[in-house]
Amino acid sequence: MSVETSTSRRALLVKVGLLFNGVVGAALAVPIVRYLLSPATRGKDNGYQSWLSVGPLEQFPAGETRLATYRNPVVNPGDGQTANIACWVRNVDNRNFQVFAINCAHLGCPVRWFPQSNLFLCPCHGGAYYQDGSRASGPPERGLFEHQYKIEGGQLLIKTGQLPTPGPSALIQLSGKKTCV
Amino acid sequence: MRLINKVGAWFDFRLQLGAPITEAATHRVPRETASWFYVFGSAALTVLLLQIVTGILLALIYVPSAGEAWNSLQTLNHDISLGWFIRALHGWGSNFMVAIVLIHLVQVFLFGAYKFPRELTWIVGVFLLLMTLGMAFTGQVLRFDQDAYWGLGIGASITSRIPLIGPWAVSLLLGGPIIAATTLSRFFALHVFVIPGLMLAFVGVHLLMVLKLGINEWPMPGRIVRRATYLAEYRELTHKDGVPFVPAAVWKDVLFSGFVLLSIACCAVYLGPFGPSGQPDPTIIQTVPRPDYFFLWLYALLSFLPPSAETPILLIGPAIGIVVLLVLPFIAGEGEKSWKRRPIAVLTILLAAVSLGTLTRLGDHAPWSPVMNAWSSVPIPSQYLSGRTALERRGALVFQAKQCHNCHALDGQGGQRGPALDRVALRLNEDQLIRQVIQGGGNMPAYGKNLNPPETTALVAFLKTLHPLAIAPAKDASRSAALE
Repeated sequence: MSVETSTSRRALLVKVGLLFNGVVGAALAVPIVRYLLSPATRGKDNGYQSWLSVGPLEQFPAGETRLATYRNPVVNPGDGQTANIACWVRNVDNRNFQVFAINCAHLGCPVRWFPQSNLFLCPCHGGAYYQDGSRASGPPERGLFEHQYKIEGGQLLIKTGQLPTPGPSALIQLSGKKTCV
Repeated sequence: MRLINKVGAWFDFRLQLGAPITEAATHRVPRETASWFYVFGSAALTVLLLQIVTGILLALIYVPSAGEAWNSLQTLNHDISLGWFIRALHGWGSNFMVAIVLIHLVQVFLFGAYKFPRELTWIVGVFLLLMTLGMAFTGQVLRFDQDAYWGLGIGASITSRIPLIGPWAVSLLLGGPIIAATTLSRFFALHVFVIPGLMLAFVGVHLLMVLKLGINEWPMPGRIVRRATYLAEYRELTHKDGVPFVPAAVWKDVLFSGFVLLSIACCAVYLGPFGPSGQPDPTIIQTVPRPDYFFLWLYALLSFLPPSAETPILLIGPAIGIVVLLVLPFIAGEGEKSWKRRPIAVLTILLAAVSLGTLTRLGDHAPWSPVMNAWSSVPIPSQYLSGRTALERRGALVFQAKQCHNCHALDGQGGQRGPALDRVALRLNEDQLIRQVIQGGGNMPAYGKNLNPPETTALVAFLKTLHPLAIAPAKDASRSAALE
């Protein structure tokens, strides 16, 4: 009889011990999960986006489309050359601009501008876009991604900071296009 | 010799491992399984060990930093003595690993090894296949060059299409807003810690089950697996007609593993390491990204899927494939094992092999990609220029200058995105040519805004000459009749 009692007491202590570990584990899981999810939670409210200059307006002659490069606004010490990002700047008529992300709207490969035929061509799966970024042919479901832009002090500023992807986020990015100030 | 025996005995008295190891090594296996068909699992294990050793050797030099990784690969290739060889061993080892794991899968599938009682062995094996592919992809990322960079972009673009959580998942995949240091660090952690750790654990379980349940017997047509009787039948088979695994069967495993290692070493010596290609600088846009060999089929598939079907097929297709593999032992856990009486199984393997082979071949060839420099580097064949009028030659110039050649081949040269135009005048008459050039359509951009009327006239004049001399070009019959 006494043996059974002691066994059940030990069994209870084991359960208490397990419960204690469970509580501590759950408490530890909260910071661990938050740490793991931090890249996503920061990006939720466009926390990665900010305005930056891609150069003085003289760099972008009217009627032409030129490659511009900039340093991504959010950088880490180890980023090296990967934080150098390119975009295509189209000066429509000195008052209206279009700034296209370099990434094809199909799968993100870098599109190239061909001024002779006024087309953007993608080297991966052959997506093609007209000079205004609208889809011309190939597998993309939509036109090129556009950055918001504004002109301040003779500089062309764009809102950027995040790799554009064809998912739903890109649609949100596009919604507020053309905010020429 | 006596000293060695004494030292061995001293250790074994304390470790107590000699007896179980001897028992495992000499356990009886069905006689026919001492076969060359049963060597792929052990070969995969051997290559895994090679990958671990060479991986550790590479980690001595490799710097998992977006700013330094590419330079450290150059150091490995050029500055460290035989660094290129270790890289080549690791790279070729990964190719052999994927190939051998796939062959192993086909073999156990065709031999019915997933049936009772080895369902869990199969399921663990499916996860091992997924991890092997995961290692191949993350390894390709660690070779941090242009292909790796844009490959990550493709991965992010696919991930972003997941409903609801797409953008979040992209941030988690990249570890930040763009492909940069945090991205490489997390792929390094996956490739070096997470997946290999899981893999070793799963391989342990996989092997343990092979030992406990016994190797799958050679399937005989008509010998049906039934849950109620199988275990007794298998025991009788191994007792009556069994041989000890060591040495009756193991010598083939050992020889084949040695042959595989030798093949990897030969490939490494004669063909060298993979890349790295250009620097992972996203402002260098003169690049044509291509995935590694084992993902070329996917690259090809992505160019053929119609836009509307692409997202669902990309997201649901792999999930269905994995689920089918996982539930296979539950829907076909009993019955016939021999491939000679399982025509659908054989056809499935053939279909998968032909599809993957075809897509891989196409991915290697990539006819859908425009040849980006054809307009400036591939000339118009001279037979299409000699004896032509000034206007037609002017049209040939427009053809080059407007990059038509990037997508359309002439005499086999140039892009294959659009149809070859050597006989286009047989298919389209003048009005149709003008319409096609100006309005585009059928996956061709419209050039109406990019060509002025003289350019269009000249281009169409040139296109009208593109037909064999002996065959008259297409013409508008009703118009000809009206004009007569």
